[in-house]
Amino acid sequence: MRLNRIAAIGAIALAIGALAWLLFVGLPRWYGGPTATRAVAATPSPAPPPPGRKIKARLYYVTDDGTRLTAVEREVAYGDGTAEQARQIIEAQIAPVAEPLVSAVPPGTKLRSVFVTDRGEAYVDLSREASAAHGGGTLDELLTVYTIVDALTENLPAVTSVQVLVGGKEVDTLAGHVDLRRPLAKNLEWVE
Amino acid sequence: MLPSARRCIAVAASIVPLVVLAAAAVQPPQSPTPLTLVSKEGRRTLPVYLVSEQEFVALDDLAGVFQLAVRDDALGAITVSYKGKTIVLTPDQALASVSGKLISLPAAPSRLTAAGAPPRWLVPVEFISRALAPAYDARIDFRKPSHLLVLGDMRVPRVVIRYDAQAAGGRLTIDATPRTLSAVTQENDRLAIRFDADALDLALPSMQGVQPQGVVQGVRPVDQVTLAVDLGPRFSSFRASTQALDAASRLTIDIVAAPTEAPPAPGPAQPPAPPPELTAATPTSPIRTIAIDAGHGGDDTGVVGAKGAKEKDLTLAVARRLKTAMESRLGVRVLLTRDEDRNVPIDERTATANHNKADLFVSLHANGSLRPRTAGTAILYASFEKGAEEAARASLLTERVPAFGGGTRDIELVMWDLAQTRHVDRSAAFAQILERQIRGRVPLAARPVDRAPLLVLESANMPAVLIEMGYLTNPDQERQLTGGEMQNAIVQAIVDAVLRFRESLGGLGT
Repeated sequence: MRLNRIAAIGAIALAIGALAWLLFVGLPRWYGGPTATRAVAATPSPAPPPPGRKIKARLYYVTDDGTRLTAVEREVAYGDGTAEQARQIIEAQIAPVAEPLVSAVPPGTKLRSVFVTDRGEAYVDLSREASAAHGGGTLDELLTVYTIVDALTENLPAVTSVQVLVGGKEVDTLAGHVDLRRPLAKNLEWVE
Repeated sequence: MLPSARRCIAVAASIVPLVVLAAAAVQPPQSPTPLTLVSKEGRRTLPVYLVSEQEFVALDDLAGVFQLAVRDDALGAITVSYKGKTIVLTPDQALASVSGKLISLPAAPSRLTAAGAPPRWLVPVEFISRALAPAYDARIDFRKPSHLLVLGDMRVPRVVIRYDAQAAGGRLTIDATPRTLSAVTQENDRLAIRFDADALDLALPSMQGVQPQGVVQGVRPVDQVTLAVDLGPRFSSFRASTQALDAASRLTIDIVAAPTEAPPAPGPAQPPAPPPELTAATPTSPIRTIAIDAGHGGDDTGVVGAKGAKEKDLTLAVARRLKTAMESRLGVRVLLTRDEDRNVPIDERTATANHNKADLFVSLHANGSLRPRTAGTAILYASFEKGAEEAARASLLTERVPAFGGGTRDIELVMWDLAQTRHVDRSAAFAQILERQIRGRVPLAARPVDRAPLLVLESANMPAVLIEMGYLTNPDQERQLTGGEMQNAIVQAIVDAVLRFRESLGGLGT
């Protein structure tokens, strides 16, 4: 008699265990998986936005005819203080995007550092790809530079001008055309 | 006194001077003026030791600065190595062997012993210029009289300053060798003289006899490349002029004192100032010299098309065609900033135009876009950040003080970086003329004329434009641009534009 009861309890426990597994592991794996992948593919940015507060910022991408930039409102992680927020904005701006958006920033460009002086001049230090992976051409170079300059000056009132550095150094130009020796002010002439 | 006491005093009296002499002989070497090392990384000092009237530096100090490996070997020789090159020193010989060659030194290496520290090798300072410099991979310039060591390609002119008080004020004469550009500006109670260099090898004047209540109180360096002249209460105004001497530039600043009750006697006759080197093209001057800049070159290919056409090749090809066409149709002198597949630094291109007093500067490029359909020719001229243009124009106004032939020179120098601000209106006019001539011959871009902060145009001291001939990233344009027909059309349009521009300036040229 005792043995039977033990067996019965064991069988029930097993059944409960199996049900629990089915509910919490099996079903999600079989039916939840594909949905999750599809959702990720749909968003333009492959990296999911970091958890926490977000702000809305105007980020810049190349127009259809390739001659100007257009502002697109996107979510950017919140950063405490001007420099930190500037860093988040640039990270979001240089992150790879999928069609229909086209970024004027050369592929592989990383942000090395950002600092902002108390006079509102921001210094944005980009990795070597900003120069080395640039396709050239005055127009594209202007679009690259003003993507960075306008992304900060448009979204952060405390930033009045931006100087782009490459690989930790001041450079004359990015690809031989635009003067990067001094900070540049916001210029929406390059934005449609 | 007891004889033994007297003897003691006599012995003491003779020993004391000996002891003093001995102490003097074994005292540690004195420390004369240290060496200042100036390099791209900044400044540092190297202590100098004086032994028997010869200046020495410590070998381990040199090793730290120049990344040398120093080894004492079993035979007593000292081996100094740098990237495969070897210098061998022998403790008792005033010689060094540099990669096998024998170099003489003014003294043998010496040993510095200090209490509580390991002994160190000292080598005569001439070791740096005679033994190390030939073995090193960067330029080492040892200026013994100024105790200055310049490492690498740094521009460190020797600047000698003299001040002479005069009846109506004073005169500062500043000679910089080799020739160096400088700019003088007044900032409140001092004059700032900024040199176009990386550091200065300064010889400041002795200001003895200068009255503290006079026009000038002193001259001192404020940073690596700037001198400040502290002005006294009697300062009224100044005039500056520069001359090119044989190997030096001479900047003469005449300081004028405020007049006292009686008008001051006229000062000594001023030497005739030489004509300023940078002359702005006046509205009526014809176009006699044109500078054409073929963009990119050498390892800088510029934009590359899908079929492999390189921007640098296209710009050179068109530049050469343009030169021929201009010379034959316009009878002007044409300079190319490059006539071979070589990467010329951007400021050198502009300098070629400036130094040759070109009347017009045209930079040729080909464009690229992230969108393959983008097409069309565009003409760009320089834009400046708001503050820069205003500052440049403001300094133009200060030129209008009575100039004894020197004022103009100042302003030109201050605006070296922004020389184009004086010509940008005419650059815009030329750009418009170019647009009209190109229209109908080859496709124009959506925005055919634009302004941008373009480095090659900013220092140009004449009307200047940059022409993007078309998009190499557009397959149709790539094919056409590499063909003779489109290149010729562009060339003829530019020549016609120059003709119209010349007419608009009023002169038809000689």
